[in-house]
Amino acid sequence: MLEVKGLKVSYGGINAVKGIDLEVRAKEMVTLIGANGAGKTTTLKALAGLLKPAEGRVHYNGRDITGRPAFELVRQGLALVPEGRGVFARLTVKENLEMGAYSRGDRARIATDFDRVYALFPRLAERRRQMGGTLSGGEQQMLAIGRALMSRPNLLLLDEPSMGLAPLMVRRIFETVRAIAAEGVTLLLVEQNAKAALETCHRGYVMESGLIALADTAPELLNNPRVRQAYLGE
Amino acid sequence: MLETAQRWARFKRDPRAAWAAYVALAVLLIALPFVTDWMLGRTWVRIVAFALLYIMLALGLNIVVGYAGLLDLGYVAFFAVGAYLYALLASPHFGLHLPFWLLMPLCAAIACIFGVLLGAPTLRLRGDYLAIVTLGFGEIIRIFLNNLNAPVNITNGPQGVNLIDPIRLGDFSLAQPHSIAGIAVPSVYNYYYLFLALALAVIFVSIRLENSRIGRAWVAIREDEVAAAAMGINTRNVKLLAFAMGASFGGISGGLFSGFQGFVSPESFTVIESIMILCMVVLGGMGHIPGVALGSVLLVVLPEALRYLGPLQQALFGRVLADPADLRLLVFGLALVLVMQLRPSGLWPSKIRRREFSAQGEEARHERESVYDAAR
Repeated sequence: MLEVKGLKVSYGGINAVKGIDLEVRAKEMVTLIGANGAGKTTTLKALAGLLKPAEGRVHYNGRDITGRPAFELVRQGLALVPEGRGVFARLTVKENLEMGAYSRGDRARIATDFDRVYALFPRLAERRRQMGGTLSGGEQQMLAIGRALMSRPNLLLLDEPSMGLAPLMVRRIFETVRAIAAEGVTLLLVEQNAKAALETCHRGYVMESGLIALADTAPELLNNPRVRQAYLGE
Repeated sequence: MLETAQRWARFKRDPRAAWAAYVALAVLLIALPFVTDWMLGRTWVRIVAFALLYIMLALGLNIVVGYAGLLDLGYVAFFAVGAYLYALLASPHFGLHLPFWLLMPLCAAIACIFGVLLGAPTLRLRGDYLAIVTLGFGEIIRIFLNNLNAPVNITNGPQGVNLIDPIRLGDFSLAQPHSIAGIAVPSVYNYYYLFLALALAVIFVSIRLENSRIGRAWVAIREDEVAAAAMGINTRNVKLLAFAMGASFGGISGGLFSGFQGFVSPESFTVIESIMILCMVVLGGMGHIPGVALGSVLLVVLPEALRYLGPLQQALFGRVLADPADLRLLVFGLALVLVMQLRPSGLWPSKIRRREFSAQGEEARHERESVYDAAR
């Protein structure tokens, strides 16, 4: 579904991503783990069309989408939940979700998608008239994910959904991620919480200073001594 | 006390009350020049007309600053473009006398192009950096107007352009007094009514924009540009559109200003003018149409009202202790500081802004929620 070849991205004069290959197959859950500053977020931003790659090719559903802007990709079903959530603080929860459906014209189906998101996150339904900025961190993350779902994505890119959340909330977010995957959405998940990410996903890539250091199935990576030492704190 | 409040709330919800309020407002607005003239004199009718002109200007800037969150300190440039366009195409300066119905769309269109000219190179800038570039842009336009009299005289330089054609709607010249149904309507009244109609049109357009898809996109960009892009908003085009729409409002106001004044010169379009328009937006309540309108009226009327400080001193102390011109600025500045201290979200903010600035309660709630999350 998503195929990345030799992707290089520089960000403010720094070569953050130095040529990586990556693949996500349909209905798969893939995670990209690594330390701070390894280039994970930059990679995701480039895939979502928010940054222009310096080199390399990105194919999505067989089409070359290298350097295409985000607003085109959203229409093709590629959505990003940005790092730090990016909730619109001065719009209500409902309005935030409406923004997620910005690029769609099919009103009738948007209404059913509202129900779908509210079913997935009952807390958002309770707070639909509240300002996005007044939600707690966990609720904001739910809103950010729900909002991305409103664009009816086939491929969802998630940037650190567990960032800054309490352990129990982290668990709930990962449960939701699994539920979304069960509905048939393909997922590429960037995480610093390597353990939770590898336990959730099918395959994983380990990124180190702009390059892919390891690529394997998630269970293999969980057993890999190098991963255990560097990312699982053993 | 409580009962009054309840009755008031019920009254506010009643649709008949709303209609009554609209009718009362309409009567007030139609009668306003007569009443003002009778109570305060003809000069004040002119001031009120100016207030309407500034409502249009401020609502234009409100699109850029209030909706899209792009701090523009050179907004007066678009006002200048509209004013000079009208002046050059309807005055003896070039011997051109284009009709009003053609000039207005031209002012809007050319200002729009200038808006895009400013917007395009500044797309990546935000906050302070954008403010500095727009400030420079405003000055560039003014300095151009000041110096484009040699080698070819286009703008007539610092002398400005005078003898500009007054506004004519067909055979109806606004510069002449008319008699309608036996009621004498002096020239300045004509302008008042024209400006009133156009200001209402601008308010209508603003309301429609605010609740439109494009209005939402502006707000999203203001709140979080990366997230807005991730929603599928073409942030480049949407931002350019904000600049263009805001500029066209400014251009139209400029054209009206030219026709009303009959004279334009570069010194009408200094940085201070930009700051004043921004003050109207911020003081009234950024992004809130009634607030911005209120801010505009106050900032036009207040400096004029403070002119009476001189005669007031004369009456109280028998002589003028402090030059009213100096005092005016002092009192004006104090008023601004006070308002910003006491009502930081503006005099008449939208509900959302008000909530944001009284965040203490919200914060407490927020704390509780986080704990709640952890406990689940």
